[in-house]
Amino acid sequence: MAAAAPDEHKPARRWHIAVFLAPAVLVYTAIMIIPLFSTLVQSLFGPEGGQRVFVGLRNFQTLFGDPRWAASFWNALWNNTWFFIIHMLVQNPVGVLLAAILSNPSLRLRGFYRTAIFVPTILSFVIVGFVWKLILSPLWGVAPNMLDAIGLKHLFAPWLGQEGAALTTLALVSVWQFVGIPMMLIYAALLSIPDEVIEAAEIDGVTGAKQFFKIQLPLILPTIGIISILTFVGNFNAFDLIYVSQGAQAGPNGATDILGTLLYRTFFGFQLQQGDPNMGAAIATMMFLIILVGVSIYLFGIQSRMRRYQF
Amino acid sequence: MISKSRLMSASAGLVLALAATPLMAQQTTLVIESWRNDDLTIWQQTLIPAFEAQHPDIKLQFQPTAPTEYNAALNAKLEAGSAGDIITCRPFDASLALFEDGALADLTDLEGMGNFSDVAKSAWSTDDGAQTFCVPMASVIHGFIYNADAFAELGLEEPTTTDEFFAVLDAIKEDGTYIPLAIGAVDQWEAASMGYHNIGPAYWHGEDGRLALIAGDAKFTDEEWVEPLRVLARWGEYAGDGYQAQTYPDSQNLFTLGRAAIFPAGSWEISLFEEQADFALGAFPPPIPAAGDTCYISDHTDIGIGLNAASTNAEAGRTFLNWVASSEFAELYSNALPGFFALSNGAVTLENPVANEFVSWRENCESTIRPTYQILSRGTPNLENDNWLHASNVLSGAETPEQAAEAIQAGLDSWYTPGMYE
Amino acid sequence: MTAARSSLARSVAAHAILIAYTLIALFPVFVIVVNAFKARRDIFNTPLALPTPESFSLVGFETVTSQGNFLLYFQNSLIVTVVALACVLLFGAMAAFALSEYRFRGNTLMGLYLALGIMIPIRLGTVAILQIMVASGLVNTLTALILVYTAQGLPLAIFILSEFMRSVSDDLKNAGRVDGLSEYRIFFTLVLPLVRPALATVAVFTMIPIWNDLWFPLILAPAESTKTVTLGAQMFIGQFVTNWNAVLAALTLAIVPVLVLYLIFSRQLIRGITSGAVK
Repeated sequence: MAAAAPDEHKPARRWHIAVFLAPAVLVYTAIMIIPLFSTLVQSLFGPEGGQRVFVGLRNFQTLFGDPRWAASFWNALWNNTWFFIIHMLVQNPVGVLLAAILSNPSLRLRGFYRTAIFVPTILSFVIVGFVWKLILSPLWGVAPNMLDAIGLKHLFAPWLGQEGAALTTLALVSVWQFVGIPMMLIYAALLSIPDEVIEAAEIDGVTGAKQFFKIQLPLILPTIGIISILTFVGNFNAFDLIYVSQGAQAGPNGATDILGTLLYRTFFGFQLQQGDPNMGAAIATMMFLIILVGVSIYLFGIQSRMRRYQF
Repeated sequence: MISKSRLMSASAGLVLALAATPLMAQQTTLVIESWRNDDLTIWQQTLIPAFEAQHPDIKLQFQPTAPTEYNAALNAKLEAGSAGDIITCRPFDASLALFEDGALADLTDLEGMGNFSDVAKSAWSTDDGAQTFCVPMASVIHGFIYNADAFAELGLEEPTTTDEFFAVLDAIKEDGTYIPLAIGAVDQWEAASMGYHNIGPAYWHGEDGRLALIAGDAKFTDEEWVEPLRVLARWGEYAGDGYQAQTYPDSQNLFTLGRAAIFPAGSWEISLFEEQADFALGAFPPPIPAAGDTCYISDHTDIGIGLNAASTNAEAGRTFLNWVASSEFAELYSNALPGFFALSNGAVTLENPVANEFVSWRENCESTIRPTYQILSRGTPNLENDNWLHASNVLSGAETPEQAAEAIQAGLDSWYTPGMYE
Repeated sequence: MTAARSSLARSVAAHAILIAYTLIALFPVFVIVVNAFKARRDIFNTPLALPTPESFSLVGFETVTSQGNFLLYFQNSLIVTVVALACVLLFGAMAAFALSEYRFRGNTLMGLYLALGIMIPIRLGTVAILQIMVASGLVNTLTALILVYTAQGLPLAIFILSEFMRSVSDDLKNAGRVDGLSEYRIFFTLVLPLVRPALATVAVFTMIPIWNDLWFPLILAPAESTKTVTLGAQMFIGQFVTNWNAVLAALTLAIVPVLVLYLIFSRQLIRGITSGAVK
């Protein structure tokens, strides 16, 4: 369809477009879009008398009308939102802070810091889940002893087993794991600010923190925008960390259940619970719509208004 | 350039797959799907060599998946047609659903089925008992495993009643050397399987209570179903610090490292505990509510093995399944995995003393299976999973026993009407 | 004078923050590696102590090497990751170039179409993907994993790369066109080198989920000969769940190769990310 559209200004070149697009579009369509589409379509079907028949929006009626389904769904959605809020409030500011410190060219050892802080990002969820459970376990004493050493043992609690604390704890573990990504991207953005801009600011007497907030921050806003939307998409698709540390039931008492774990349990089943591909597909469709709305708000509401600076 | 090499590797894969076909005509390879990844060594070193020695034309390949991913991965593979020839079967409704979908072959006429009682086969038969689709492999028995050295040191005796049980826990707690009970709440199933379904049968009278629940004559809110939850709620104060966040492996390690005295257990723990603990092990059955009551044990048909209906090696598969049904397999399996008790009729000599202790309870106690497995796990919300959730809430103190019982019953009532599957 | 003192204070503060965060980042890795070399009892009694002559034990590594073929798993992971990454970067950059460079009818629509994939986890298409792989005989081959990861990585790659490609100066490309370069030459010799930082960014984003994925190896290629490191480690944890010597040794073996690779390439990575900046 790309090649079919003639461009008035460059009529001779249009067939290149198809060549550039073809490999990506082919692989993507065959391995991703068609399978995903066939799954989403399932949300409009349901079992009836041993057959899978078209049921229209009945699965969605169940999802929002049945008090059990609705309670699970809204619980997961709220937990997911809270998971995202923690990331926005902790991960991105910490990432900006670290990048800002690192971007100071006179800082010694910055290669070392940069490398070290990025290490958790390359670890697999299997490792992250295991090691944090070990550290936070009340039994083996890593966290309690460390808090004891600084006289704060009374602050320790079995966080992963508490309904009020488990989700926040896991969100912070996730921040720990992924803070390297915003740090790297912002670091790169800060370095790409031309020296002349900074020098001009310094001549005007704008230095230190004031310089950062007045000069650098506005210039890296587009990068922060991209990071935010990537965080949003990543968080609303999250699943693995909760799964490896709390299991598919996302305990205690559903306190860490997010859309990804709810979807997994529903779609594939869990233990004696049979998988229900149709209800699972309905939840997947809702996730898709939520992310679509979020990304659209970013693309059409924020990104298009953001000023891009070209150097 | 890259796309070319990808194409080539794709076609190389095809060529390899084609080239492998003629080989398979001479020698059949059966792939076994299982969630028992703990058993990998036993299959590789004991069971597979024993079978292959008798059937040199059939090769076995044991391909386990972690228990938590097993059902999801197996269902996906069955649906797409890439699952192995031999399928390890969960008991009751989960496998029944696979059979009804046509994923498991009918094994009713398998020669070896004659070696099993109807009770053993019931976990893998249709409701009317007319068709059987998995060979029963083993059952597991619930009870309590304890640190016998610690009991001797503190001068404690095996408790028989609930009161004696708590007296023992109090004594251990008072002494302070050991954590009385190794149980955690965060993995949820410990609270249900090792807690509620372990001690409960003595209160709901085993099979009577279980069948009454299915018939609709009993409810989780009835006294005999709430009382064991009240007992379970009292366990919390005897568990280790922060047991709300204690995982199942944490519990196992607490016990085998000698830091906890009593482990609410399933018999499958025996081989691991024997290997890791450097103290003497003892075991006692679930305590009875009052002296003179009948004792009940959860003797749960847990694992069976069936044939993928789409397998192209059905004949070899049936040969293998007949071997699994034989007393030779029963002997090998029960002794390689003490605590998994073979279900075939032939008598099996067990070498492990703790395993023998568990089996001996069958003589004095009434056996039953977990109440949530047959028929009641067919709907949403799933009763077994709800039992996990609410039993763990009771153990961690997040819900009262009465609240939990009500929530469980409400979940069941939302889809189940007695007699709907008759 | 005061300026020097305040700059010293600021430098101390900067180092303090960075050191604190570095400790937080590395501490869990330290816990795993240190305990992998200790006897089981010492892991639990003194989890934070370094191995001493009394507590030193390699029993975990012995279990791992006798049980799992980690060298092969590592090789599989490496092949899958590198090939999939190369495909994502090449195809992604080509598509992103087409979207950002040319105005054609359906451009926005195509951009949205290609971005759909970041909004829905590919895991949901498992059954259909598995059916495709079964039909084409690719089950239990690394090719199946490579195809899936390529498809999975493309949407995000295109999303990020087209953003960056918009900022490549038109003058340069037009100069190339005046010199008679074909569009392909312009893409490969002019544009691609300029977006190297973006490519490095995308590489990092794409590589990590591929390397760490558990689900598709489990479904598409669970055979012994095609197992990846992550799947191998997970199976191992399942099998030896209380044998923490073995688990920690397996985790150490799963971490170390990635860590070494990362240390080798982190210089390139940083240079890539920042090369556009330091002119």
